[in-house]
Amino acid sequence: MDLTRASACEWLTQLNSGKVTSEELVGGYLKRAEALQRLNTFVHLDHDAVLAQARSIDAKRKVGEPVGPLAGLPVAVKDVLCVEGVPTTCGSRMLKNFRPPYDATVIARLKAAGAVLFGMTNMDEFAMGSSTENSSYGPTRNPWDETRIPGGSSGGAAVAIAADLAPLSLGSDTGGSIRQPASLCGVVGLKPTYGRVSRYGLIAYASSLDQVGPFAHSLADAALVLQHIAGRDPRDATSVDRPVPDYAATLDTPPESLRIGLVREHRGEGLDPEVASALDEAVRVYEKAGATIKEVSLPHSKYGVPAYYVVASAECSSNLARYDGTIYGHRAEDFSAKYPIEEDLPPLIRMMMASRAEGFGAEVKRRIMLGTFALSAGYADQYYNHALKVRRLIRNDFDTAFKEVDVLLGPTSPTPAFKLGERTADPLAMYLSDIYTITANLAGIPGLSIPGGLTRGGLPIGLQFLAPAFAEETLLRTARVFERATDWHTRRPTLAG
Amino acid sequence: MDYTTIIGLEVHVQLLTESKMFSSCGTEFGLPPNTQTDPVSLGLPGTLPVMNGKAFELALKTALALHAEITPFTKWDRKNYYYPDLPKNYQISQYDLPFSQHGWLEIPVQKDGSGGGRCRLTRVHLEEDTGKLTHGSGGFSEVDLNRAGIPLLEIVTEPDLRTPQDARAVLEELRLTLRYLGVSDCEMQEGSLRCDANVNLHINVDGKTVATPIVEIKNLNSFRSVERALTYEMDRQYRQWKEDGLTIKDAPKETRGWSEPDGVTKSQRRKESASDYRYFPEPDLVPVVVDQPWIDRVQSSIGELPARRRERFETEYELSAYDANVLVEQGPDVAEYFDHVAKATGEAKLASNWIQQDVLRTIKETKTTLAEFPVKPDGLADLINRVKRRELNTNQGREVLAKMIESGEAIDKVIAAGGYGMVSDRDAIIAAVEAALAGNPKAIEDLKGGKKKPEAVKGFLRGQVMKQTGGKADPALVGELLDAKLAELAG
Repeated sequence: MDLTRASACEWLTQLNSGKVTSEELVGGYLKRAEALQRLNTFVHLDHDAVLAQARSIDAKRKVGEPVGPLAGLPVAVKDVLCVEGVPTTCGSRMLKNFRPPYDATVIARLKAAGAVLFGMTNMDEFAMGSSTENSSYGPTRNPWDETRIPGGSSGGAAVAIAADLAPLSLGSDTGGSIRQPASLCGVVGLKPTYGRVSRYGLIAYASSLDQVGPFAHSLADAALVLQHIAGRDPRDATSVDRPVPDYAATLDTPPESLRIGLVREHRGEGLDPEVASALDEAVRVYEKAGATIKEVSLPHSKYGVPAYYVVASAECSSNLARYDGTIYGHRAEDFSAKYPIEEDLPPLIRMMMASRAEGFGAEVKRRIMLGTFALSAGYADQYYNHALKVRRLIRNDFDTAFKEVDVLLGPTSPTPAFKLGERTADPLAMYLSDIYTITANLAGIPGLSIPGGLTRGGLPIGLQFLAPAFAEETLLRTARVFERATDWHTRRPTLAG
Repeated sequence: MDYTTIIGLEVHVQLLTESKMFSSCGTEFGLPPNTQTDPVSLGLPGTLPVMNGKAFELALKTALALHAEITPFTKWDRKNYYYPDLPKNYQISQYDLPFSQHGWLEIPVQKDGSGGGRCRLTRVHLEEDTGKLTHGSGGFSEVDLNRAGIPLLEIVTEPDLRTPQDARAVLEELRLTLRYLGVSDCEMQEGSLRCDANVNLHINVDGKTVATPIVEIKNLNSFRSVERALTYEMDRQYRQWKEDGLTIKDAPKETRGWSEPDGVTKSQRRKESASDYRYFPEPDLVPVVVDQPWIDRVQSSIGELPARRRERFETEYELSAYDANVLVEQGPDVAEYFDHVAKATGEAKLASNWIQQDVLRTIKETKTTLAEFPVKPDGLADLINRVKRRELNTNQGREVLAKMIESGEAIDKVIAAGGYGMVSDRDAIIAAVEAALAGNPKAIEDLKGGKKKPEAVKGFLRGQVMKQTGGKADPALVGELLDAKLAELAG
């Protein structure tokens, strides 16, 4: 069984025809995960639980009982989605002991579809980061170059695909956390429209920006997952009641209209020349396919990163407030006064302070402080309310652009994967790796990253496609034109072991 | 010394819903701690709130009944603060776009003629309740989250109240209105109605007004304590001002807790700095758009409210203001009971008397509710109609009702068993009158000789006639026939 060749769709065919059992399939992936432990992809992988799920599906298939549309397919899950009874820790010491008593809606849907939940994948703590270095479990390594980061925050979920440790995985994207690691790991990553997929059970980082989405090797595989996780959820008031199209059915039909926009602002300073030339090459592919290429402008995109860090930090300062050691989260054993100024504080307050000091990592603390400040009386107008205005302007930019083009094409990340530790001391440099992805979250539109080339050094380069809200179908079909014409998505890193 | 007391109230009312404000979790009161919870009301990581439409509608109904303006586009905000009774460390509330604003409450007129007028409302908004902290032994506090997430209506008044009596009366009238609306049971003891009061004094000094620092009084657990605490605080603030002369400009707002057993307010720890709740729009919920058809539909579901009902009882049934108020202030069930009996008998005054003297007294004595009262309005109306038709006299009626209450049996059964029934047969009563006269020659002599007042003698003779008939004679007929016989004798 060559796990580095087949796609999820092909596995499904083989499972359904009885050529392979789910137990054989997950057994192969488990063995591979064992061998590639050094990548630090999974933070929790219970072999017995995985095998038990697979055997149960196999037993049903054997007796001809109805099985779901994803029956027997392993799906790895980012450590941010609640799975009943399974540690869901957000890569944080704070939630080390949290076992949710309920399933996230996407998890419940995967279970109902017969998918085998294949472990929890590493991530930046509470999804804050672009390198998966901010994890209390240590960094995940990029399989294309193990001295490099895989991107983040869904680094583990991207590596699970890139290193063929699972055919499918789920991540979450608040400012690029699916697309950027997909780009850096050479896989497909899709962030759906805000409201397309339920957030119930997704442990919140920034509620107005968070979305759940799939990682896979191909667009067909990503469409397969989206198909089964999308749709209105009565438990999420922000999920939208809109029919879910049959993505797979139309994937191979080229779009009727192929007007592609190149964003002027996405070709600016800081764009790696090799990434730029991969983009040029992609443009040629589309020209050849008969597309109209047009340059468009998103004039306010330069305010995307600052606006994002104000909005996301403000929301996270509130979302993460519950982790204070009282009901949730790590509780400090020693909360005696450390400084004279703490002596007058009630023990309860000291307990909360010490618990948060111990439980959260530096980046999480940085954003909580940033957000608390941005919402403070006297500063909210200058920061938070101002950022909301910028957000509206960014949305308007996209609305204007999409009057002229169907899809925007650009680089996902300005650079390929950087070295471990390279940017940890410079948060701003780290933040800039999301410069092209962040605006889609601010505008709520869908975004997709697909493999678009390799650098001379053999590092993956990702192409980002953006479309209007709920135009995932257009996004997938447009990207499929490129995927069909190239073989970047079939490339695999050379992995020893 | 002359001063005016300035009082404003901040009232929190739990709405009567089956489920919580933002989840399907139950809301039953009095269950063991932390059993009325679910992942959402516990604020478990990953959970999301979803608005309870029923709660919103009850809130709309209340706001409309309080004459408030409904905001066509309203949203939810997070109020951020750290407290163990708040599982998420933020409360979902409404900040700059509350679902309703303004409105007013009538200030009831007191017996001495004081009171009256309107108390304006600043706003009415909806939020989720917090949990409950119990400060137990050993320096530990216990958290009960059964209450967390129950829909809570916040009603803030303008500082329009001038006396503790008015404050209490307005609060009582608010409770009555909410009970008529059926939106809350408003039990202060159980915490489904909570009230904080803001108070200060405007003191007249040489023609100028000096305002004392504003005090917010908390821990008001009964209507009586609202009045007592405010009365105490007026006096305390005046004494304090005489002592230190501090005005509203010199001191920040102070929070004081009312101690019912000690009859005093006590200063509560002042917060280190002004609270900054870092409000921002709740991203997990969508704004609510309230259109006119929705408002109309809710408006039409509002029944007759206390003020209107008092008015109607006075005009339609010609009840005194006192009687109308007694019936209305018992709550909608008593008022409806009365309405039913009055309509079925056409005797409003009688119905009012019977209900006040027999029904309400029984309920009070047995500490039960009208719902548990065994005689339904149809039963009481039947009884009153029988008295009206002279099948029973009033005393018999009372006895019959007492037996109906006691046994829970139907009127016919009670009457048959007790052999009740009024004798209205003229011949039988004439015979009894004659027998009474024959048996009491001395009485007739007294009457003739003018030794005793004729009314006293007649009363005695009437009693004798009733005795003869076993208490069953029609009193009016006895009077008529006795008078006729005495006139005959005199003639």
